[in-house]
Amino acid sequence: MKGIDGTPGSFDRGLRKTVDWRLVICYLLLVLIGWINIYASIHSTEPASIFDWSARSGKQFIWIMTAFVLDILILFVINPRLWEVISPYTYVMVFFLLVLVIFVSKDVKGSHSWFELGPVKFQPAEISKITTSLLLAMVMSKPNFRMSNRKHALAVAAIIGLPMLAILGESETGSALVYVGFLFVLYREGLSGWWLFLLGMAILLFILTLVTHWWISVAVLFVACVAFYIRVLRQSRREAINFRRLALRRTLLAFAAGVMMVFATGFIFENVLQDHQRKRIEVLLGLKEDPAGVGYNVRQSMIAIGSGGMFGKGFLHGTQTTYGFVPEQSTDFIFCTVGEEWGFFGCLAVILLYVFMIWRIITDADKSREAFTRIYGYCLAACLFMHLFINIGMTIGLMPVIGIPLPLLSYGGSSLWAFSVMIFVFIALDRQEKKYF
Amino acid sequence: MNRKNKLLTGLVAVAAILLGKLFYIQIVNDKYKVDASNNSMVYNYIYPPRGVIYDRNGEILVGNEVCYDISVTPRDVQPFDTLALATALDVPVDFIRERMAYYRKYRTRIGWQTLSFLKHITPENYIRFAEEAYRFPGFKAEVRSVRQYPFNAGGNLLGYISEVDADFIKNHPEYRSGDYVGKTGLEAAMEDKLRGVKGYHIYLRDSRNRVQSPYMDGAEDKEAEPGKDVVSTIDAHLQQYGQRLMEGKVGSVVAIEPSTGEILAMVSSPGIDVDVLSDIGKHYAEIARNPRKPMFNRTVMASYPPGSVFKLVNGLIGLQEGTLVPSNSYPCAHGFPYGGNHRLGCHGHASPLNLLSAIATSCNGYFCYVFRNILDNKKYKTTAEAFDVWREHVLSFGFGRKLGSDFPSELGGNIPTSAFYDKVYGKGRWRFQTIISLSIGQGEIGATPLQIANLAATMANRGYYYIPHIVKDSEGIEIDPKYKERQYTMVDTTHFKTAVEGMYMAVNGGGSAGGTAFSARIPGLDVCGKTGTAQNPHGKDNSVFICFAPKDNPKIAVAAYVENAGFGATWALPVASLMLEKYLTGEISESRKYLEDRLLTTRFF
Repeated sequence: MKGIDGTPGSFDRGLRKTVDWRLVICYLLLVLIGWINIYASIHSTEPASIFDWSARSGKQFIWIMTAFVLDILILFVINPRLWEVISPYTYVMVFFLLVLVIFVSKDVKGSHSWFELGPVKFQPAEISKITTSLLLAMVMSKPNFRMSNRKHALAVAAIIGLPMLAILGESETGSALVYVGFLFVLYREGLSGWWLFLLGMAILLFILTLVTHWWISVAVLFVACVAFYIRVLRQSRREAINFRRLALRRTLLAFAAGVMMVFATGFIFENVLQDHQRKRIEVLLGLKEDPAGVGYNVRQSMIAIGSGGMFGKGFLHGTQTTYGFVPEQSTDFIFCTVGEEWGFFGCLAVILLYVFMIWRIITDADKSREAFTRIYGYCLAACLFMHLFINIGMTIGLMPVIGIPLPLLSYGGSSLWAFSVMIFVFIALDRQEKKYF
Repeated sequence: MNRKNKLLTGLVAVAAILLGKLFYIQIVNDKYKVDASNNSMVYNYIYPPRGVIYDRNGEILVGNEVCYDISVTPRDVQPFDTLALATALDVPVDFIRERMAYYRKYRTRIGWQTLSFLKHITPENYIRFAEEAYRFPGFKAEVRSVRQYPFNAGGNLLGYISEVDADFIKNHPEYRSGDYVGKTGLEAAMEDKLRGVKGYHIYLRDSRNRVQSPYMDGAEDKEAEPGKDVVSTIDAHLQQYGQRLMEGKVGSVVAIEPSTGEILAMVSSPGIDVDVLSDIGKHYAEIARNPRKPMFNRTVMASYPPGSVFKLVNGLIGLQEGTLVPSNSYPCAHGFPYGGNHRLGCHGHASPLNLLSAIATSCNGYFCYVFRNILDNKKYKTTAEAFDVWREHVLSFGFGRKLGSDFPSELGGNIPTSAFYDKVYGKGRWRFQTIISLSIGQGEIGATPLQIANLAATMANRGYYYIPHIVKDSEGIEIDPKYKERQYTMVDTTHFKTAVEGMYMAVNGGGSAGGTAFSARIPGLDVCGKTGTAQNPHGKDNSVFICFAPKDNPKIAVAAYVENAGFGATWALPVASLMLEKYLTGEISESRKYLEDRLLTTRFF
């Protein structure tokens, strides 16, 4: 095998120092934990060897092995420069697939997001995270790119928004929600922090209005706007008078928009959201009890995790997850098995692994001298973070039930492959840079 | 702090929130351990009885009756004597073997679910099974109620219920597999009220699926709420009588109480017998094969040319538009000549005649003049403009659009627009002569029997109608207030007097005056009526009759439409007029028994 720069020997020399092995180890551990828990989650219904190819654990083993092949290809064979070059093409191609799948796919629980080619099924929405990140990194790493330039900002919004809309069209709300995470990337690259604040406020107002009264929301909004105005004024004490006027105008605008949002909440809730989404939010916010219907999943999932206690019931000794009380337990609810059989310490270990991994990715990315690597790294971190938060949040009743997988742990080839590729593209980018500096 | 560090702080904060909540539910709070280590909940559903449907006089049209189903939880099944079970349930042994093989094959997907094994077993089989049930762990008998029909009345009208399928559940998540839902007719229209609310008892089961005790001592249990009873506007006896009269004929009869818009009877023939309804699944293939489409509810879905009864509408529009005054006389020598050698023919009667006699004798020629004058009205620049005004008037009678009744699957018939003729003949290239058949209710007009009956009710009310409906106000059910509002036509109510007089003369004028409907005369009831014979491109003419009685303060309006039966006076008339007599007097007078006999003994198929 030859090194990237073509000189024999560079492979051996650089491997230890250039590859971020800590990331690779995190990755391997998470994949292994996923595999073991998938086996545990199907253990009672399909008692078979962990390698039995007809069972999910056996299939996952195949996915893992093929993912490893992909990882090695990405790390050692493919020139990392390639990713930047092909990013526009892959983006367009995957976007085309995202739209196509709406029309040709079978209806799976109301969503149209799976391609079926004989025995193989895959979800373009999983790959789209990679291609969107790559194109975003490519565009935003251009030397003259400025977040404050309106045209540039629009281009970025389009790159993120188009696949998001297509995925919404597939009725995969969860996967689309992950794209919101790119806001963090934009923030790192210069987007005003007020946008994150605005988003946070909008969510807060929405929930407040649903749970309490509209006037409480308006009061909170008012206080927030006054605080905003005072803060802006204090920052700009030395500024010109029309800056103050501008600030006042913006504050009033924000207040008006906020009030409209508060009053539109009911409408959005009743008319824009789909039935099942509305019910899930109602259950989450405790507006409605529905132990038999929508609340069932969450309740069972929380019982499974909660019953794990400090140290868990032990491998294959879970009662809730193994007896089929928790639905989707090897895919979206895999964390229940972790919680039940390995207890709080198991959960702690898994979450710390994720946090460490995201932390490493962010620090590596931030250190990078190449804007492309940095931005791509942040994109990867954002996707991992959104998946982690939404998925685990859902299993413990912090988020509404939104079906997205837990990266590297959940059963399923599409998801595992996509995250493997995404992570290893970053490791490869990082490695190549370390070789030169 | 730079932005990287802010984001890292955020990451740690979110992780802390997740871990905090995990710490709470896994270590601090014991509730989940109690729930789980003793276990999980089993929901036993309790099905509420479906609401009963009454007729307007309190007779039960649809009630409930008990039946038994067998369900199975494949996970709980232990090896058992297949033959004994087959004998107890009176099914072939192979059936049981096949089912068990199926359960084995899909055991992963089925999990701990309970499935329906056998439906509608007889009470004898149920008793036999119950005695030996201990030998078949995993199998359970469930009591449920099925629909039962004391009257053979209104099959299509009542509609049927059937078990929900996967597709339906997807769109209606409040239903579960095994639930029943109204698919057609009243059962579908009133589904929300009739179905009631399912209840459940929650039990705890341990990790080996043994049911232990009621969850939280039943605090979270929910009792079933029975479905609400529905009172329909139908008169069961009249409905049944109508069905008998229509036996062997294809067509519809609709009777309406003009003063309320309540539908008294709604017969679509051939229809569905009620004993088929309760077990529709078994008969479905046979119904679907029948070329006369018994499931097709002609009363609200079929679109027929209304024929001569439509002359009433044209006459009234002429009066309203001022292009006709009742005293206008037009000649008719066996029809109306137009476009060179063409002639729209008519039968022999006195000539010339005025509006009243023209209605009574149903003169084609007269109404050609009427319609011509409407379209050639100088008020409007073009024929098309005049035509659109005419159409507006027609729509105000409830034609050409859905009436908005509470009956599902109602269709709107068809009244063409000027744009339609523009498309067919070219803009400005059609005139009265082109569409002359509309004068007499033929051509491109389509009306449902419900709309035709509504015309009868409008005539009875002299200019307005109530939207026909089949559900009455009753305890717990309030009908839409729109059914209590008068719907006025665009024709002034004063113009109706002449038209109603013409309908009276058609029945009571005596054969010598040319009245076309004299055999509908019932002494003492002051019947008003109008015959119609609609040409049918597919065979013999369709026969139409509308009538109401008494002339003053009418109690009932009826429309009958019999397909391929010839002249209106021959078939539709006796059907409608016998219905009317039956409803008003409760019996058929001796002098008219011959009509009833003829109907009951004549079958076209």
